[in-house]
Amino acid sequence: MSFDDWILALHVLSAFAYVGGIVLFWILVVAVRRTDLPEDTIRMGPVGRVGNASVGIGAGGTILLGIFLAFSYGGYNIWDGWIIAAIILWFVAAALGRRTGEAYMEGMNKALELQSAGQTGPNAELGALNRTQSGVVLHALASIVVLLILIDMIWKPGA
Amino acid sequence: MSVLATVRPDSWNFPVFLHVLGAMILVGAVLTGASTLAFARGDNRMLRLGYWSLLAVGLPGYVIMRIGAQWAASREGFDEEGAPEPTWLGIGYLIADIGLLVFLIALIVGGVGVYRLKTGKGAGLLKGTMILSLLLLAAFIVAIWAMSGKPD
Repeated sequence: MSFDDWILALHVLSAFAYVGGIVLFWILVVAVRRTDLPEDTIRMGPVGRVGNASVGIGAGGTILLGIFLAFSYGGYNIWDGWIIAAIILWFVAAALGRRTGEAYMEGMNKALELQSAGQTGPNAELGALNRTQSGVVLHALASIVVLLILIDMIWKPGA
Repeated sequence: MSVLATVRPDSWNFPVFLHVLGAMILVGAVLTGASTLAFARGDNRMLRLGYWSLLAVGLPGYVIMRIGAQWAASREGFDEEGAPEPTWLGIGYLIADIGLLVFLIALIVGGVGVYRLKTGKGAGLLKGTMILSLLLLAAFIVAIWAMSGKPD
């Protein structure tokens, strides 16, 4: 395996970490909708941190190693249309992902606030925050954009 | 040449896309299952969530991945009689086949564990599912490396 092959393998592994993290958050999005208890909400925190690490490492690895490959890999250039499209989509996905995280952190923060106040029973406001519609829409949009990046990477339109 | 770096004939792209998408769903589900079971600390709701992540998301992901793999291999002529099997493809098949066996064992053990949660037992069995899931994740990393880096 050449150095470029190793970088490509790490780039693809990063993509798997990125999408794997998005899948993890879909499962948490569905799971957290069913609870209005602070304890149950807080219990999902560590799993969310695994997702954050996976998305963070994955997103960082894909963009950095991807740009490296665009310069290094023979036959491709950073100004190729499909590579520029992927970079733009990556930034859109990152922005949507950040806003999704903010939407769901409202529920987690509320749960922590309730727990520190000694309120352990069901809470309607927490339930509403956990069932955030904007969070679901943002996560769906981020997922669609990442799916478009995958399609772009496989079909390479114009290459 | 490498999976994502190659410009392939258009007719190969959809099977490859299906294969990669299924594999990504599988990896995400196993990551979720393993981490949820690891952080459950005996909480039944989290134990069930971890198990159902594997069953309801991971298993369909595996099926999509495997169908895409066979379809792509067929399009690329790897399943023709006498066609040479590259090392990376052999690694992929080996991990997919042994991985399925391990995955099914994890699901059966976990299924019994989830059933026994009703009587206050089963957490130990689900710990076994968590360990098998972590093993699967390690194997998937090797498979992804082999399929994308294409070692000789």
